[in-house]
Amino acid sequence: MSHLLTLIVVLPLAGFALNGLLGNRLGKGFVNAVGCGLPILAFFATLKAWAELEGTGAPIVDIAYAWARIGDRSFEVAFYFDRLAAVMALIVTGVGSVIHIYSTGYMKDDASYARFFAYLNLFLFFMLSLVLGRSLLVLFVGWEGVGLASYLLIGFWFEDPVNARAGKKAFVTNRIGDAGFLLGMFLLWWAFGTLDMDRINLAYANGASPAVSASLVGILLFVGATGKSAQIPLHVWLPDAMAGPTPVSALIHAATMVTAGVYLVARMSGIYAHAPEASMVVAVIGAATAFFAATIAITQTDIKKVLAYSTVSQLGFMFLALGVGAYGVAIFHVMTHAFFKACLFLGAGSVIHALSGEQDIRKMGGLARRIPVTFVTFAVATAAIAGIPPLAGFWSKDEILWNAFASSRGGSPVLWAVAAATALMTAFYMSRLLWLTFFGKSRLDPEVEHHVHESPLSMTGVLVVLAALSAVGGFIAVPHFLEALLPLPATPEALHHYETPLVVTSVVIALLGVAAAAFFFAEGGARAGRVRESLAGVHRVLYNKYFIDELYERLLGRPLTWVSDRVFLRIGDRMLIDGALDGLARLAHRAAGGLSRIQTGHLNLYMFFVLLGIVGTLAWSFRHG
Amino acid sequence: MGEAFLLNFVLYLPLVGIVLLMAAPPGQEGFVRRITLWVMALQFALTVILYVQFDATVPGLQFETRLPWIPAWGVYYQIGLDGYNVLLVLLTAFLGPLVVAGAFTAITKDVKLFYAMVFLIQFAMMGTFVAQDLFLFYLFWETMLIPMFLLIGIWGGERRIYATIKFVLYTAFGSILMLAAVIYLVWSLQQTTGITSFAFADLYKAELPLNAQIVLLSAFGLSFAIKVPMVPLHTWLPDAHVEAPTAGSVILAGVLLKMGTYGFMKLGFPLFPDATHWFAPAIMVLAVISIVYGACLALVQNDIKKIIAYSSISHLGYVMLGLISLDLIGIQGAVIQMVSHGLTAAGLFLMVGMIYERCHTRELAAYGGLAKLLPVYSVFFMILTLASIGLPTTSGFTGEFLVLLGAFTASWQQYRQGAVLPLATAVIAVSGVVLGALYMLRFAQTFLFGVEKAPHQPLVDLDRREKAILIAIVAAVFLLGLFPDGPMKKTELAAKQYQQLVSTPRLPGSPR
Repeated sequence: MSHLLTLIVVLPLAGFALNGLLGNRLGKGFVNAVGCGLPILAFFATLKAWAELEGTGAPIVDIAYAWARIGDRSFEVAFYFDRLAAVMALIVTGVGSVIHIYSTGYMKDDASYARFFAYLNLFLFFMLSLVLGRSLLVLFVGWEGVGLASYLLIGFWFEDPVNARAGKKAFVTNRIGDAGFLLGMFLLWWAFGTLDMDRINLAYANGASPAVSASLVGILLFVGATGKSAQIPLHVWLPDAMAGPTPVSALIHAATMVTAGVYLVARMSGIYAHAPEASMVVAVIGAATAFFAATIAITQTDIKKVLAYSTVSQLGFMFLALGVGAYGVAIFHVMTHAFFKACLFLGAGSVIHALSGEQDIRKMGGLARRIPVTFVTFAVATAAIAGIPPLAGFWSKDEILWNAFASSRGGSPVLWAVAAATALMTAFYMSRLLWLTFFGKSRLDPEVEHHVHESPLSMTGVLVVLAALSAVGGFIAVPHFLEALLPLPATPEALHHYETPLVVTSVVIALLGVAAAAFFFAEGGARAGRVRESLAGVHRVLYNKYFIDELYERLLGRPLTWVSDRVFLRIGDRMLIDGALDGLARLAHRAAGGLSRIQTGHLNLYMFFVLLGIVGTLAWSFRHG
Repeated sequence: MGEAFLLNFVLYLPLVGIVLLMAAPPGQEGFVRRITLWVMALQFALTVILYVQFDATVPGLQFETRLPWIPAWGVYYQIGLDGYNVLLVLLTAFLGPLVVAGAFTAITKDVKLFYAMVFLIQFAMMGTFVAQDLFLFYLFWETMLIPMFLLIGIWGGERRIYATIKFVLYTAFGSILMLAAVIYLVWSLQQTTGITSFAFADLYKAELPLNAQIVLLSAFGLSFAIKVPMVPLHTWLPDAHVEAPTAGSVILAGVLLKMGTYGFMKLGFPLFPDATHWFAPAIMVLAVISIVYGACLALVQNDIKKIIAYSSISHLGYVMLGLISLDLIGIQGAVIQMVSHGLTAAGLFLMVGMIYERCHTRELAAYGGLAKLLPVYSVFFMILTLASIGLPTTSGFTGEFLVLLGAFTASWQQYRQGAVLPLATAVIAVSGVVLGALYMLRFAQTFLFGVEKAPHQPLVDLDRREKAILIAIVAAVFLLGLFPDGPMKKTELAAKQYQQLVSTPRLPGSPR
């Protein structure tokens, strides 16, 4: 058996080890060659695996080794490659590679250059384990591992306490989701005695042994997905994660890691296909998250925060698609989103780079001519996410809207309406971002103003590639490519005459959003300012993200510390247990007041008594035993 | 006999070490340290040979010695390796040289006596694990107490007397109960079967009435639960850790605590299966309380040794949960979790010792940004933190995952038969992984990240000796995380035997 899949996974791991151990000593040339070279190799290895897959048509299975064998059960480290894995692995290695290249420019002057690339490679290793793992166990290893890489990279500038705190928040929030994931995994193990996902799907498909409710498992796994993919109620970590370096935001917190939850549900579609209740939960949470995050994005003033909430919102779209059974469409949106959101984040990075670290869009403006490549690529990606035809986002989003409306597996006009309203907001807040950053008069600090410069080729080149993909990526018919694996839901014949009007509507919505932004933010944003003032209360709630962080802190954080400190430590440990112990000791002391004279403080004496006691007891036990 | 000799040699080697130390001329501290390290290293090397030669396919004892000792009472000198103890013996021998090397610069007072005590406790711990006769087991068990008592009492911190007395009170209380139970158990065996024996193998056959089993398990169990320690019998541990010198903490966390869980696995549960069944819900609840309570307390500590001490309580709660699940995967997970905790807690305590030697404080708030100040130190610290959290690819994951998987599937089975409590405990235990991340990351974040801060700067990063110690531990952590199959093969037959002994009613007609 060939170990091609193992190789794909291990290549970035080698990069991590080499850069982690030797990078600092061998210099930048070495770090670049290893850090970018191995992911690119992994990309080509993935292409080769894909060619093999198309050649034989059968999924490739690669068993690396048996991790644990207990009784007659076995946990294997095995990899599995079908078209779904192919799409994901190509996104991960492809977008991953270009972001590595971009980072050579973006992180050029950072003192911990080698460490940064080591962590990025570590991330790729775990992400590839996640998408290529055959069993839920291997997937979970990758799942936790990408969380670790994310933690390390958010806290990359760990001198800043804000970063360190954001990293911890991300890790802990994800762990809450993981607890649900683990429970779901355990139930499946109980029911099927295997964690191999192809076998579990097959078992459900054959209708065999629904010993455990598909909806229960589905909901538990989805709890894990809400953590990793930042859905309500576990979305709170992602915006804070933007404290990390921008290429990290692009790779991990937009293009790949956060879509792991989407992948999980799509991969386990065999379960969700038999779990209408769980699917409904997925759809509703997805739609709600999409809507809710979009409302927040409208008011944010940090360029990366806007994009972060936009990511949360777009992930909501993907879950909406999953919830109505359009798994292939969700993966389609994963891909297009990876293109345009990576482009947007890297574009934002280029802006931040040009402005010597400025992230506040209120202090930008008029940059279109100063950094033209960044502007053009950013504009293309904005149009793509806004859903302007024929750019990539239009196609995938349109299919989501159509399935939300018409799918026979839970589609409804309500879901469509929520999604459409979100699409309108998306077009609006993205155009607002574009406008405030690139158009109008410059609001830059004079000092920053002097240093504005276009980014080096390593960065702009990557932007051009991603913008091109954002433009034409919609013509890659992912749902069709995955049709055999993830069939699209049926749509009732009666609804088909709605299809064309709905497409027109969604185009109109996109244009409306763009136009509205232009209307409100033209002429220095005076109109927008007036709206903000008249709706000050609403603005405050949105700007502060509905105060959910504060709510969690009050409801969970503080009570936990309070109970631990006041109840467990002070009352439990000190008062009750030690108190009782002291009481006993005092009682014994009083009862044997005379004996206290032997408490001389000489340890030898104590030791002698202990030994004496033991010997005496033993002697006694022989006599009377 | 040749094989059996090897095990005896490994067991008594520390005593040889004590003799060598006695022969050392005074003032030769460097010589004392080197001799101790070499003897410990030799013991580890020989234990590796034992481990490799240990045949995983043969049930029962290997490298066995059985000599009559007090024939009238059926007491034998019986020692041997089996799946129950093989990994723990390896762990003990592995930590030996590390404990010694870790104390090279920290201990300057009464060096000879110190290493003699380390040898003595090493001997007693090994003996407790390999003893196959209850009388012998009890002797070794008690012998462990004395050197630990002295390690804390002589080389400890400021409140060492308070800590030692607390430690002695708790453990002596447990010992007395156990002694009484031992006598009663052997007596009952004689009454019911006519056999007078202290051999574990014979005691497993005792058919005691349920009431007697309950009394006996309570006595044994309290003694073991103090050692584990399980909440609410744990308050000696944080004090003992805080006051103990690094070597004491490492031995305590690395090996001594496992005496409790090993005691349950080897004696408590399989000797009294019907009582175990009777107590099972209570044990599950206490295990989960230990997991959650220990984690919560670790969250609010400001002394870095106390954080690790409370985290130990939480981690050993998982071991108890795995053992009581009676699921093969859970049991195997519990064994791995014992070893894993031995590695990570020992490593963390060693690292606390290293920073303490540099900065002379254990106050968490005194530190910050060590990642900048001590980059190499920080990398090791992060790895051990992650292993403690149970991140995949580390030993902590192997243990925790298998325990939780086993406990959950067993409890789900019971749930379908109408029992809700086991499922509730399993679900709470799974949620415990969140708390684990919370307290360890709070620790690591304050310690490693943020603004650089530490007393007694400038600090010197790890030297070669310290790096070597930590590389050994980290390597073991990853080995057990990535390739646990080999070690688990060695313990599998014992785990199956344990499962069978505890699951089968000893008394005909006992409920299951």
